[in-house]
Amino acid sequence: MAAAMLSRPVYPGLVPDMHAKHNLIVTEGEGAEAVLDLATKTSAEFFARTTILYCTAGSAAKDHETALAKLNPKHLWVLPSLPTVMFRLKGVLATADMGTRLYAAGTEPFIGSVIQEALAAGIDFKSVVTEHRGSAKRRVQCVHCKGMTENVTTNPVACSHCGINLFVRDHYSRRLGAFQGVIIDAEEPGSAPPPEEIYR
Amino acid sequence: MGLMFKDETYRGDFTFANSPAAIRHFPFPFHEDKYMYAVNIEPHVPGRKGTAYEFPIDIDEHYLADMRDRAITLAEDPLRCQSLPHMLAAEWDLVELLMTSMARDYPEHFSLTRDGDQWHWINRPMKIEDKFTFGNVATLPLRPMEYITRQCQGDFCLLDQRDGDLWMDAGIVTSQADWSLDFDIGMSFKEWHAPVPMAHEIGIFDRALKFLLAMQIGHPVRRLNWTMTINPRLDTAPETYPKWGIDRTTVTPENVGDKVHLRVELQALWRLPRSNAIVFSIRGYLLKMRELVTIPKWSRRMHRVLKTLPPEIAAYKGLSRYQQTTIDWLSKYDDGQPTSLGFFPD
Amino acid sequence: MTTNQIRVRVAEVETVAAQIRRLKLVPIGMSGLPDFSGGAHTILSIPDGERTLRNPYSLMSSPYDTSSYEVSVLKAAESRGGSAFIHDKIREGLPITISAPVNLFPVDRRARRHILIAGGIGITPFMSIMRQLEHDDVPFELHYGMRSQERGAYWRQLRETYGHRVHIYFEDQGQTIPLKTLLDGQPLGTHVYVCGPSTMIDWVLNGARDAGWPAENVHYERFSAPPPGTSFTVELARSGKTVPVGPHQSMLEALEAAGIDAPYLCRGGACGQCETRIVSCAGAIQHNDHYLSDAEKAAGDKIMICVSRVDGSTVTLDL
Repeated sequence: MAAAMLSRPVYPGLVPDMHAKHNLIVTEGEGAEAVLDLATKTSAEFFARTTILYCTAGSAAKDHETALAKLNPKHLWVLPSLPTVMFRLKGVLATADMGTRLYAAGTEPFIGSVIQEALAAGIDFKSVVTEHRGSAKRRVQCVHCKGMTENVTTNPVACSHCGINLFVRDHYSRRLGAFQGVIIDAEEPGSAPPPEEIYR
Repeated sequence: MGLMFKDETYRGDFTFANSPAAIRHFPFPFHEDKYMYAVNIEPHVPGRKGTAYEFPIDIDEHYLADMRDRAITLAEDPLRCQSLPHMLAAEWDLVELLMTSMARDYPEHFSLTRDGDQWHWINRPMKIEDKFTFGNVATLPLRPMEYITRQCQGDFCLLDQRDGDLWMDAGIVTSQADWSLDFDIGMSFKEWHAPVPMAHEIGIFDRALKFLLAMQIGHPVRRLNWTMTINPRLDTAPETYPKWGIDRTTVTPENVGDKVHLRVELQALWRLPRSNAIVFSIRGYLLKMRELVTIPKWSRRMHRVLKTLPPEIAAYKGLSRYQQTTIDWLSKYDDGQPTSLGFFPD
Repeated sequence: MTTNQIRVRVAEVETVAAQIRRLKLVPIGMSGLPDFSGGAHTILSIPDGERTLRNPYSLMSSPYDTSSYEVSVLKAAESRGGSAFIHDKIREGLPITISAPVNLFPVDRRARRHILIAGGIGITPFMSIMRQLEHDDVPFELHYGMRSQERGAYWRQLRETYGHRVHIYFEDQGQTIPLKTLLDGQPLGTHVYVCGPSTMIDWVLNGARDAGWPAENVHYERFSAPPPGTSFTVELARSGKTVPVGPHQSMLEALEAAGIDAPYLCRGGACGQCETRIVSCAGAIQHNDHYLSDAEKAAGDKIMICVSRVDGSTVTLDL
């Protein structure tokens, strides 16, 4: 079941939409490097139409915000956490119009959260331009208690809510922005193998 | 002839069993002595009398027990029934399909009187009677899909068609073979089938999707799917796997006949007229090995299919753990004689 | 035959504008016609002497009244027979056969707002779509362009029914649809739909792209009539049959005339249902469909037999 899963999203990489009237780039941590790479493929005019929402996350030491500021975006909002980014994003999308192009760059759970906000705002997920950067950590939903476990790097992993040992399946839900976790030892209680660090 | 509805359970003391008529009613899924994935879609036209194919919507002796079990499952976990907001038109289409089919084919149990959009529905076995305005949600005690599917056997998914794909955007799923509606809702056709092994590689889903996108009003289709279940349990959702997974370890040579069940899904699909959505109905049937071996052709074939099943498929269906024990038990009922082609008993 | 056939009678024939006739069709032997969704079409099978003409037309009557269907037929400048027959020969009372409705132009029900853009006879799918949107209480606006007051159909009644949501443009009065203005500033979740001449569809697709709209929110219905060409022969690899195709016939029509059932839904190169594998081809393939990608067209191993043809002697199909 480890073969490429068709529910697994693909993140083709950031490319500029030169027709968009307004670009909204939402990024965290090393995702900033994807934005800096994007800058090499486009122009200053592009960034003059661009708002960047940036969460430093684990990349604070790299001072990406200075590099992003040098792109001269229309706005650069540096925000301290995922919830504050999403709150700002929700507010921006509430008044955005159809000429807006949304971009997301960062870890998979981060992109997942951006897509969730996009769906809620009436944007088709296929319209969002995405690039995966940084850790391969996952957000996992426990199919039993429905709790989300963040920053999962191992398989199996203990649900952070109900404590069940979960096998992390490659099956991904865009609506939930999470992979599916299913009890690993239901048929032989206590037989769960030790967690293996695989989503680094 | 009216059906006699049985008082039985799908949990706890598991009193579910099939009458001799219900055994012959069972949609045995193997037309030859081996099994491999195939698109195997055929027109859903009325079939042989006394079988699961006789009517488009099949109601059988387990009706009341099924509906009771669904109510228990929904009371414990309401997320088994969900519908995204744009699916309301498809929900009403479903109400029409199920009510008209049930009232037409089982008039002694159900009746529907329509005067324009004023509808009067009577479900005698469940002692339900409602007058409502078709299309007006406020006139029904529940949302339309939940209202009617709490009164109809089988799971139902509503698929929205857009952008050259089908999207599972609504459903009520309380007797599934280990997949989660709550997790899969909103997915595209290939996304929700992603966990199925081998079938993608041989192009099954490409062909099936193209076929379904072109489905027309008035031309429903069906296919069979199967798995095996330990104990006659309808609710084998991943959500409750901690409860039922352990059952798979309880199979012994002595109890195969009563514990191991062949579980067949008669999957039927209709194009819904006003919403342009597709309804995907998954009508499940359970048959104990002890019941199965009352039909000599089925015992021989079941034994041979299990013996030659590719291991990937056995693992996906979750039967690896008790496959050999079941094969050994069935071998006593396989005299090696040839079997005739086709599903039905000789 | 892959489509369900329904017997109907032509109950009304009305000229509603220059070159445009409205037909009202009522069922024969049943109380009502099948329910359908806004944007659906039906295929009329019209007997004309030896041959049967089959053309797709959008259903323009209300999806909530299926006691009859209504379609509108524009007389094609170079009619292959179907529209000319309807304009010149069809009479009230004539029994004909139609297919069960199929919808290849549905609205996206997730949309928060719909912008409908019609050119000329392209208004017809929007007639049923607007009934549906009104019924579902969803915001929409229609922008409908036509050559002149005389040549445009239904604009008076649409204005009357839908009021300020309907915007009419007469080309001969120098009025054009202000595409840029109407696309700019639309809230997220808006979808735009276009049906009309091919040049108009391209104009709207390009305009939406230039306005920064994601392609996912832009929808169109482009049906082609099968263009004429030169005669050629179709060989069927499986059955070994040989069928001649005339200059004004499509391959699908030629096969049907020879009594061979081939699959189809739209007969306009849009749906992909009649995709057929080419075994070999002596001649140049003329792809006239809107279904295959450019790469698939270039590969030359598939053809849509409803609209595409061959400039050459023979094509061998996997049929």
